[in-house]
Amino acid sequence: MLTLRTPARPAAPPRRHRKATRGRRAVRRNLTAYGFLCGALICFAFFSWYPIVREILLSFQQTNFVGDTRWVGLENFRTVLADPVFWDAWKNTAIFTVLALVIGYAVPFTIAIVLNELRHARGYLRFVVYLPVMLPPAVVVLLFKWFYDPGSGLFNQVLGLAGLPGLQWLDSTGTALLSLVLVSTWMNLGSGTLIYLAALQTIPGELYEAAELDGAGLFRRIRHITIPQTRLILLVMLLLQVIATMQVFIEPYLLTGGGPENATVTVVYLMYQYAFNFTNFGGGGALGLMLMVVLMLFSAVYLRVSRDDPR
Amino acid sequence: MTQTRTLVSPHTLGTRRGKAVYWTVLTTVVVTFTFVFVFPLYWMVTGAMKSPEQLAEVPPSLWPGDVDLGAYREAWRQLDLGLYMRNTFVYAFGAWLFTLAVDVSAAYALSRLRPLFGRAVLGMMLATLMIPPMVILLPAYLTVKDLPLLGANLLNTPWAIWLPAAANAFNIFLLKRFFDSIPTELIDAAEVDGAAPARILWSIVLPVSRPIIGVVSIFTIVNVWRDFVWPLLVLPDGEKKTISVAISSLAVQVPQNVLIGSLVIASLPTIVVFFIFQRQIMAGLTAGGLKG
Repeated sequence: MLTLRTPARPAAPPRRHRKATRGRRAVRRNLTAYGFLCGALICFAFFSWYPIVREILLSFQQTNFVGDTRWVGLENFRTVLADPVFWDAWKNTAIFTVLALVIGYAVPFTIAIVLNELRHARGYLRFVVYLPVMLPPAVVVLLFKWFYDPGSGLFNQVLGLAGLPGLQWLDSTGTALLSLVLVSTWMNLGSGTLIYLAALQTIPGELYEAAELDGAGLFRRIRHITIPQTRLILLVMLLLQVIATMQVFIEPYLLTGGGPENATVTVVYLMYQYAFNFTNFGGGGALGLMLMVVLMLFSAVYLRVSRDDPR
Repeated sequence: MTQTRTLVSPHTLGTRRGKAVYWTVLTTVVVTFTFVFVFPLYWMVTGAMKSPEQLAEVPPSLWPGDVDLGAYREAWRQLDLGLYMRNTFVYAFGAWLFTLAVDVSAAYALSRLRPLFGRAVLGMMLATLMIPPMVILLPAYLTVKDLPLLGANLLNTPWAIWLPAAANAFNIFLLKRFFDSIPTELIDAAEVDGAAPARILWSIVLPVSRPIIGVVSIFTIVNVWRDFVWPLLVLPDGEKKTISVAISSLAVQVPQNVLIGSLVIASLPTIVVFFIFQRQIMAGLTAGGLKG
């Protein structure tokens, strides 16, 4: 190595020489490093960083692909705000998110608690609960579309066998949104369950032992040990789930087309419609920007929370 | 039982009542899970074996009368599934190659070569995780349609899938964290021997990083296979579509049993991958999920 050899040389000139080599080596190291980084920098610049900036620009512009792009100030926002469907879209998205939370948050946690107690068939149960997550979402949604069929669909047949009247599922304003939540929950439940299961396995057994000696029953043990011990992961998953479900698109796109009577139009679905059905990219951009602001609030809280992680 | 103790104590489980409750719960859970998660798939696989008349029957038959694989054959032929499967395979394979090449070298540079502004670059990459993908859907589409500076139109080309897939901050983060944990002595020794960074990456870092590279690979491939919205937008041409998009756009034109057959065929690859790599997939899920 160069630095090991230098002391043997005369004092004055080598110092300058050493500095120069060190500088040159640093430059070379940086060049090599950026050589390794350039692929990622190009991909991020084009497909992540630039689109983020462009999202903001887009919402203040009017783009038709023939002429030039025009700046239109807040006009896009005025257009979408004046659209009567706008408020439906936000309302539906909010209801979808809340319903998905009530079902899609409590159910996996409960399943994880039960699975953690079972000593048999663990591999099978874990495999089966994660199976829907692996299927292509389009397949799951089309499969459920068939199940929801009011005439020959599986769900009404099962209800019929139990002597219950069939439902209209996707065709009635009362049940359409709930039907979307059911599909979405069925196909996403597995990942939450396995993440909770992993968290449950880190809880020290002594805590339960001590609580039991103090006479705490099953539900008090869950309330005072299981939940506090997994508090962080529960919070993180809550935020992630809100962020994920607010972006719902494929379910309304493939199942209902936003109907009946706009009962299942969501924000992202409306954004898609603005861009690709009404060729109003500016309006779509304005909707996207509003959603971005809302979701970034949740992201910021999420980052705050996951940074507090004691590990 | 070498298990650590959980909510219910082994002692309670050992009692007669405990045992009875345990076996009841176990049976209920196994039956419910099978019914909720496996039965729909059974219904799908056998649905494609039924004739259209039998599909419309009320009440439905649990078992298809005479097993007829004709619908599968029809699905493959009528919907041209071979073509779409090949497309999707090309997109997934290319995305995998690009993702590994780009993300591994970026993570290596950030972890080992530590360039000037390296932390800032990593920070900017991680910041993209804060932007949910759907909210930049439109600008990303416009970018692919007319690439800035280069002016290229990537619509209907595989590049529209391959390049964005590589811009994955989470992969870089996972890989960097793994590279950070490789003992420095190993790399220092190679440096003293005069090995260049590329050589160190290839013959020291990569071989020891197999587990994390496996996880990143599986998730990249499966994600491209499962993706719907992005290929729907950037591959509008009939012959360029992925299998998910093709099936959903052709769904209305074919008989019910043929459509169901195509659903089965489209989900086979990911199910097979899951059967083979379930251990890695579940490990990757918890590695990613806890610090998602």
